[in-house]
Amino acid sequence: MIRLVPRRQRSRAMVWGAPLLAVALTLITGGLTFAIMGKPMGVALFTFFVQPLTSVYGISELIVKASPLVLIGIGLSLGFRANVWNIGAEGQYTFGAILGGGIAIFFHDSTSPFLLPAMLIAGVVGGMAWAAIPALLRTRFNANEILVSLMLTYVAILLLSYLVHGPWRDPDGYNFPESRLFPEVGTMPVLIEGTRVHLGVFFALIAVAVALVLGKGLTGFKLKLVGLAPEAARFAGFSETGVIWFALLAGGGLAGLAGVIEVAGPIGQLIPTISPGYGFTAIIVAFLGRLHPVGVLLAGLVMALTYLGGETAQIEIGVPAAVTGLFQGFLLFYLLACDVLIRYRIHILIGKAA
Amino acid sequence: MDAHNKNDQTEDGRQPGAPLLEARGLTKAFPGVIANDTVSFIIRPGEVHALLGENGAGKSTLVKMMYGLLRPDEGELFWQGRPVRMDKPSTARNLGIGMVFQHLSLFEPLSVLENVALAVPGKWNPKALRKRIIDVSTAYGLPLEPERIVQSMSVGERQRIEVVRCLLQDPQLLILDEPTSVLTPQEADQLFTTLDKLSAEGRSILYISHKLHEVRRLCSGATVLREGRVVAHCDPRDETPGSLAELMLGTRIAPPSRATAERTTPRLRVFNVSATSTRAFGFDLKDISFTLHGGEIMGIAGIAGNGQNELMKVLTGETKLDHEADAIRVDGAPVAHFGPIHRRLCGMAFVPEERNDHAAALNLALTDNTFLTGFSKLRLTRGGMIRSRRTLDHTKKVVDTYGVRAAGPNADAGSLSGGNLQKFVVGREILQAPEVLIVAQPTWGVDAGAALAIRQALIDLAATGSAVLIISQDLDEIFAICDRIAVMSEGRLSPPVPVSEATTEEIGLLMGGVHETLSEHREAAT
Amino acid sequence: MSGLDHLTPLILTVITASTPLLFAAAGELVTERSGVLNLGVEGLMVTGALAAFAGTYVSGSAVIGVLCGALAGVLMALVFAALTLSLLANQVATGLALTIFGLGLTSLLGSGFIGVTVENIPKLNIPGLSELPVIGPILFGQDAMVYLSFACVGGIGWVLARTRIGLILRAVGASHDSAHALGYPVIRIRYLATMFGGAMGGIAGSYLSLVYTPMWAENLTAGRGWIALALVVFSTWRPGRLVLGAYLFGAITVIQLHAQGLGVDVPSQFLSMTPYLVTIMVLVIISRDHLKIQLNAPACLGRSFHPAQ
Repeated sequence: MIRLVPRRQRSRAMVWGAPLLAVALTLITGGLTFAIMGKPMGVALFTFFVQPLTSVYGISELIVKASPLVLIGIGLSLGFRANVWNIGAEGQYTFGAILGGGIAIFFHDSTSPFLLPAMLIAGVVGGMAWAAIPALLRTRFNANEILVSLMLTYVAILLLSYLVHGPWRDPDGYNFPESRLFPEVGTMPVLIEGTRVHLGVFFALIAVAVALVLGKGLTGFKLKLVGLAPEAARFAGFSETGVIWFALLAGGGLAGLAGVIEVAGPIGQLIPTISPGYGFTAIIVAFLGRLHPVGVLLAGLVMALTYLGGETAQIEIGVPAAVTGLFQGFLLFYLLACDVLIRYRIHILIGKAA
Repeated sequence: MDAHNKNDQTEDGRQPGAPLLEARGLTKAFPGVIANDTVSFIIRPGEVHALLGENGAGKSTLVKMMYGLLRPDEGELFWQGRPVRMDKPSTARNLGIGMVFQHLSLFEPLSVLENVALAVPGKWNPKALRKRIIDVSTAYGLPLEPERIVQSMSVGERQRIEVVRCLLQDPQLLILDEPTSVLTPQEADQLFTTLDKLSAEGRSILYISHKLHEVRRLCSGATVLREGRVVAHCDPRDETPGSLAELMLGTRIAPPSRATAERTTPRLRVFNVSATSTRAFGFDLKDISFTLHGGEIMGIAGIAGNGQNELMKVLTGETKLDHEADAIRVDGAPVAHFGPIHRRLCGMAFVPEERNDHAAALNLALTDNTFLTGFSKLRLTRGGMIRSRRTLDHTKKVVDTYGVRAAGPNADAGSLSGGNLQKFVVGREILQAPEVLIVAQPTWGVDAGAALAIRQALIDLAATGSAVLIISQDLDEIFAICDRIAVMSEGRLSPPVPVSEATTEEIGLLMGGVHETLSEHREAAT
Repeated sequence: MSGLDHLTPLILTVITASTPLLFAAAGELVTERSGVLNLGVEGLMVTGALAAFAGTYVSGSAVIGVLCGALAGVLMALVFAALTLSLLANQVATGLALTIFGLGLTSLLGSGFIGVTVENIPKLNIPGLSELPVIGPILFGQDAMVYLSFACVGGIGWVLARTRIGLILRAVGASHDSAHALGYPVIRIRYLATMFGGAMGGIAGSYLSLVYTPMWAENLTAGRGWIALALVVFSTWRPGRLVLGAYLFGAITVIQLHAQGLGVDVPSQFLSMTPYLVTIMVLVIISRDHLKIQLNAPACLGRSFHPAQ
């Protein structure tokens, strides 16, 4: 019989041990999954988890895929700490891409160096605006932000679909549902020759740094307190409303930034599908990273690897790319299960239960 | 380990017959503390037996073992001479043990009928149960209406449900855990009448309390616990309150020392404050007015749930008032438009009733908790960043000055015992040198030593010229350390009177909702 | 009578659109009344949908298919329950994990079923009654699952209000500490309530893949699980209101589809947005009366139960 015995204090070791344990368990389960699918376990695991890292191009792709995850993950981690559950990051990402991309399309003949900054700002504003809706509805009407932000995700994706099928469709594009290609000045400059690594990486790193600083200050304290003990936060004089707005706007702004960066960078235009589910994967990134900025950075790289691994495995050993989603799900489950070890010790009692 | 038999009487056929319930050598330990250490005692049929001890002495743990909620590490229980294993509450109930918890285990959105049905086994027969509830509750002087929703009932009324719930199962032994802590004096008297009746029917009662005058009124036998061990078996009627207190506390406790108060200038003035309650069945505040002077300690008595929480939130600023700003003045300055942070900067400090995740955040370190109320007044931030060194120093000061036992200033607040956390929370505010300190339930659930330290700290603060307001359910406490007393009932505050002029009976009436002033009441009585 | 001629098929499609919502929301209502917040309804539904489709395809029988769907829902709910009730994981995060995992799993396993067709669930046919104009097909011509959905909701309502089991369930959701003190097995009751919710979610998914669009497609549920969650809030945790809510949503879904067909001059994507926007509006309307929510919501909703040992 297994019993959970509460620890007197949270185990600091397990705070970082749990994610590692979860990753290990995911690897094992992944291997078993491959075996069930009839693929040789060792080769499959290697192809999925190691091969993408063996070339410079592979590592550059890792960084490219990790940047939006880290950006969104940082924003979400701030919110989750305060018990503000922004599940609609995918929608905020999309709307940021719409606003930012819209500017590129509107000024498609421009050669001004101000175009890209304007697009980026528009992206942030768009994401914030999309997140402001659940913020307003939660603070004014007590509506659950999980459901509101999620519903808005569907709305944003439908909006994008309408735009690229309709008014924003490329007139020279042979009726494909895609927008014009963004002008040269409206694309993210590539930093390293021969790769797709672009300026977005810097934004991700800046976000990590800013979050680190915020975490050590009054803002971080407020977020922590509202999340752990909202009555105590009110007693301290902190405005729960203010914290909710901050959490959602920060998450939305960063997601919107990630969105406009993706469409101005690797994608280069607006198309119906601009995200392989970054907004949802970023939730896992935030948890895996223990809501800590550096952790989120590392977790972003790990999750980016699962995307690359899926693509590589599809090409090399014929495993459907959907296996990525499965592994991500496993990882989150294992992480939640291993988290129990932070607060509890496991006692295995053999024989008659006490 | 034999219990110390004071007065040498319990074992000698005073009440002939086999014991109803006997405990031998019960021991229970939790991480870091031994709650009960080889506890033994006997309850006879028809006896009203007291379990005496201060908070933290181990009474609750012992009783939970008797009711099957906890399993003892060592020791045995005997029911009518035969050994029993109390592995769950239904075992205890089937034997004939009924328990009325201190923290009532009721279901707020459900009706009286539904609450009783959940505790009474058997087929679901609402009609029959309804009749039984009315019959039994009326017969024992604790009338209940089966269809009322618990959430709409006062604490005293709710306790009746718990008692009637037990009585419906025809208990041989009824255990009551600190029952009068939530009752007005008049309601307590009604309860005692009911208990007398039960005892006359041959049932036994185990009465857990730390209130000595009640125990002496009701009980013919007592077991005294101190720090987990039995220190005496005795007959409370043969003891004085002083000797019982000495047994419970181990030493002669001097009451807190208090010179007569020097009242100085008015420091806090509250004028005609009204506020609607945000809770479903809470009381709205109506025209609350009082003035608090420097150097004095004023007490607001009243049973929980009469608007004290609402009043506290209005005073801290957690509830916004739509009044003129000078509805509340501190040293003459209007503060009603300020939130808690600004009010603290104006010299106010607060200790709310609930220390768990309201006064302190349990999952945060003590340093974080110091920061929580002190960051503005003690200047613990610079440019948005937390000044850790300074915060740590302040925390250490609180811990050292008030003898807070903790693993260190970085220990989680949740790892402290109730008494130590309360000492921390009160000490944290006092060390900010406030002009006005407002404390709710200052010693609720706190052991005697900590309670004494806290009360002395409040007295010392008043002596420096600050104004202190205490909101408390414990009339003894108010009478012990306060200069003036007012009563909160159904959202209204009675005009404060000097403690020397108030009697327990009058205060009890006010607590029960009689809204005349004390002078009117005295006039009517003469 | 041409107006009524249009009305009948319209109402029939509304019923088809509302039934999965009703199943899923009713199951979640039971789960939430016990104090457990399972945000993974979307994951339950999509897994049930695939399992039912596969089961029907393999066995040729829709009944077996639905049972497979229910079983899949129960298994998923069991994982959720183990994590949140035994390992005390955060309920919100675990519910999200369930959805992400369910979508990923079905994405992977379902790829082989795209484009395949299966037998439809037959509709009831009572000679005489089923041919009555308008009310005939509506009341007497539905497939078995529609009747089952109403039976379930009615049964849930009755059990909750009038039986001891229902009372215990409500008590556990109102105060798990008091229930524990009275000796009720809180964890076990919550496991059962969660698994029941899982079964209902699985059945809801089965309906989607076997009746609504009798095909398998990725992301077949399109957010219906989340709408079901909103419906539970809208119903203030009462089964009667739930029927109203489910049919309101079914109606909106159908009307926007028909509007597209009737040539209403609004782009199809905007019409498709209506159910989601209406969900938001409904949430706002209900949530703003926070006193009502306080009185009706199970007080322990989403809170972990730590029995003191």
